Amino acid sequence: MAGRTSRRMGYEGVVLAAPATAPYQRFSKETAHWWIARALRQSLQSAGLSPRDVDGFSVASFTLFPDTAVGLTQHLGLTPRWLDHIPMGGASGVVALRRAARAVQAGDADIVACVAGDTNHVDSFRRMLSSFSRFAQDASYPYGAGGPNACFALLTDHYMSAYGAIREDFGRICVAQRDNALRNPHAVMKKPLTMDQYLGARMISDPIALFDCVMPVSGAEAFLVMREEDARAAGLPYAHIRGSIERHNAFPENPIQMRGGWAMDIDELYAMADARPDDMDLLQTYDDYPVISMMQFEDLGFCGKGEGPAFVRERDLTIAGDFPHNTSGGQLSAGQAGAAGGFIGMVEAIRQVTGTAGPTQVKGAATAMVSGFGMINYDRGVCSSAAIISGAGT
Amino acid sequence: MTDAILPPPKKDPQKRTRTQTLPSGLRSRAALGLTAAAAEGRFMLQVCGECGALQYPPRDACSTCLSTDLPWRDIDPAGELIAETTVRTSTNTYFRERTPWRVGTVRLDAGPSVMCHVHGDAPRGGRVRIINRLDKSGQGVLYALPPEGTPNMEDDPQLREITADPKFRRVLITDARSESTPALAEAFAKAGASIIFIGEPEGWRPYPHRTALEAIPNVQIVPLDVTDTASVAELAGEIGGKTDILVNNARFVRPGGIMDRGDTVFARDEMEVNYLGLMRLAQSFGPAMRGRGADGDNSAAAWVNILSVYAYSNMPAFGAFSASNAAAYSLSQCLRAEMRPGGVRVMNVYTGPTDDAWHQPLPPPKVAPAALARAIVSGLKDGLEDVFVGDVAKDLIERWRAGAKVLEREMSETDGGGA
Repeated sequence: MAGRTSRRMGYEGVVLAAPATAPYQRFSKETAHWWIARALRQSLQSAGLSPRDVDGFSVASFTLFPDTAVGLTQHLGLTPRWLDHIPMGGASGVVALRRAARAVQAGDADIVACVAGDTNHVDSFRRMLSSFSRFAQDASYPYGAGGPNACFALLTDHYMSAYGAIREDFGRICVAQRDNALRNPHAVMKKPLTMDQYLGARMISDPIALFDCVMPVSGAEAFLVMREEDARAAGLPYAHIRGSIERHNAFPENPIQMRGGWAMDIDELYAMADARPDDMDLLQTYDDYPVISMMQFEDLGFCGKGEGPAFVRERDLTIAGDFPHNTSGGQLSAGQAGAAGGFIGMVEAIRQVTGTAGPTQVKGAATAMVSGFGMINYDRGVCSSAAIISGAGT
Repeated sequence: MTDAILPPPKKDPQKRTRTQTLPSGLRSRAALGLTAAAAEGRFMLQVCGECGALQYPPRDACSTCLSTDLPWRDIDPAGELIAETTVRTSTNTYFRERTPWRVGTVRLDAGPSVMCHVHGDAPRGGRVRIINRLDKSGQGVLYALPPEGTPNMEDDPQLREITADPKFRRVLITDARSESTPALAEAFAKAGASIIFIGEPEGWRPYPHRTALEAIPNVQIVPLDVTDTASVAELAGEIGGKTDILVNNARFVRPGGIMDRGDTVFARDEMEVNYLGLMRLAQSFGPAMRGRGADGDNSAAAWVNILSVYAYSNMPAFGAFSASNAAAYSLSQCLRAEMRPGGVRVMNVYTGPTDDAWHQPLPPPKVAPAALARAIVSGLKDGLEDVFVGDVAKDLIERWRAGAKVLEREMSETDGGGA
């Protein structure tokens, strides 16, 4: 808020570790519970922990119904003293981190397992869309039922006419991410994508075409939040949290979404991390459609408002490029596993700054920014979040 | 410019009739305010009763001051189309069958932005006007039209989904003997109805305007007596599968309440025609119409009841007649619910005293047949559910909404405004 004088407390002594991904599948007969268990188990195993060691549990999922995080404790045999359920979709990774870090810092929990996962049944996407939120049910779903494709088509159409972006600009983001995904063995998309293929793809909801859309899949992602001394004692690679922000329902006065909540808080994020945009070795944006990644380049301070198209023309967004972006392929090429889409960037960034990203590793990556965006409650994404993390050596 | 629709080809009886699928009809209770306004074709939004802020989407508390006093008000429909898309893939079967489908974001001059359906002639990035109409699920939806009329604009396929335009449709008017029938038939002929069936009870008995009816293009006079179940069923067997709009104008009117009638003879006739007549028609024609809601350009589209506005509040001078109309009104709500899955609209046209023999002694204003016919055809073209025709009906519904009990007392003071 304007005029605030007190400085926010840092996250000293709290770290992120044990990133885990349950490899995605297009459709699954299994449940969200099953997917969450897989990612949780993988994360704990990599840290040499058992479920009994977890005393904090944070969950993000759309398809747990009728359960919440509460039902999962009994289902999975956890006895946490700190429990959280984060219904923020694409913003949930950073938000989970923020809350868990404070819990660990305050001593309310020692080890918080943050997990996001969803299943994708043959008809579950349609079912979720029709009752996603009250405003969506009342005021967007009855209009063509195009779901997020149509909502983002409207934002993209407006962005293109306001700032002169052309489809090829968005194509640069998608093509680079596909290039990155080809190095990620878990990515759902396995074939190269050329600009001609991107431009020639069939229209889904003009100007959104096939390769602007994510593929809904089943999958799960997890990481642990714990004290630095515990991570070090266990011999785990870990990442520091340099700073974080979140904002909801920013700029309600804008007639259509032209920016996310990051624009309100980005200066605070850099100040908290004592960093500048140039210090970022890589960026993980929330990328359910390329237009929103472009808005993040702007709102996160990598270029000015409306300069996104020029920015992507000048920069190389691939792993080996001068601006590595969504290095695992992001949701556009690795797949969107429901709420795990809000975790994919965070889990990949933890791997990157701890030097454990394997085939997608950016050389010398020490500092990363992760941003989240979520919940088209009606006509725009309501939740936004971002964090800067660094490897232990920095 | 919209392409004019062509006369639909003759139906191939071997082809399966397409099932009516529907857009999502799920709504919150607050959002039903939009539906209530759409029933009369009004564009209304919530306006905060305390700070005056306009709200959209409909909600339970003001997003400016948290007041829960959010009355619905008529809103200036002018705005600008600031973004648009053409949906080509939809998760909903109704839209999937009807793609490409144009939707957009309109920034209202009055303030908020609304997501809406967009007419094919609305200029990209240009000025539009918003209408609020019922979609096939029977819920209110917003629709952006070009600011001025364009050639054939009523033929836009998305617009035709939310209207019940008589063009190329086949109409059944149920009572040839009614004094309103020639005007109705003429209005439908002028609106482009392809066939106008007119039901004729007691064909052996002459009536003055039969020759006039026969002279109207596309009219076919058919035997129909709404008090005779066999007669209704027989006609439905013949033309029920090609009745796209049914206008029930059969009614039995006599003055009088309870004690100035010595028996129940007229009351029985009133119920036979005004209430059970509707029931018989609905039982015979309803199922076929409900099954043909998505049957191409001449799909079944609407069921029209002509009701006395005194269905809402009894007019003692025509007290028993009012009661039969109250029964018919209640039944029409049931019919509406039963027709909804088929996407067929039930439009009630409420009238005050009509200009005919049984209302002869009453003072003006009275509703002339031509005015009634105009209201029906324009109501169908607009896709309305409730139409109040004439000053008496409009005045009465306003009073009823302000306070039904106060109106009841007022009605007992009037000396026969009539039916």
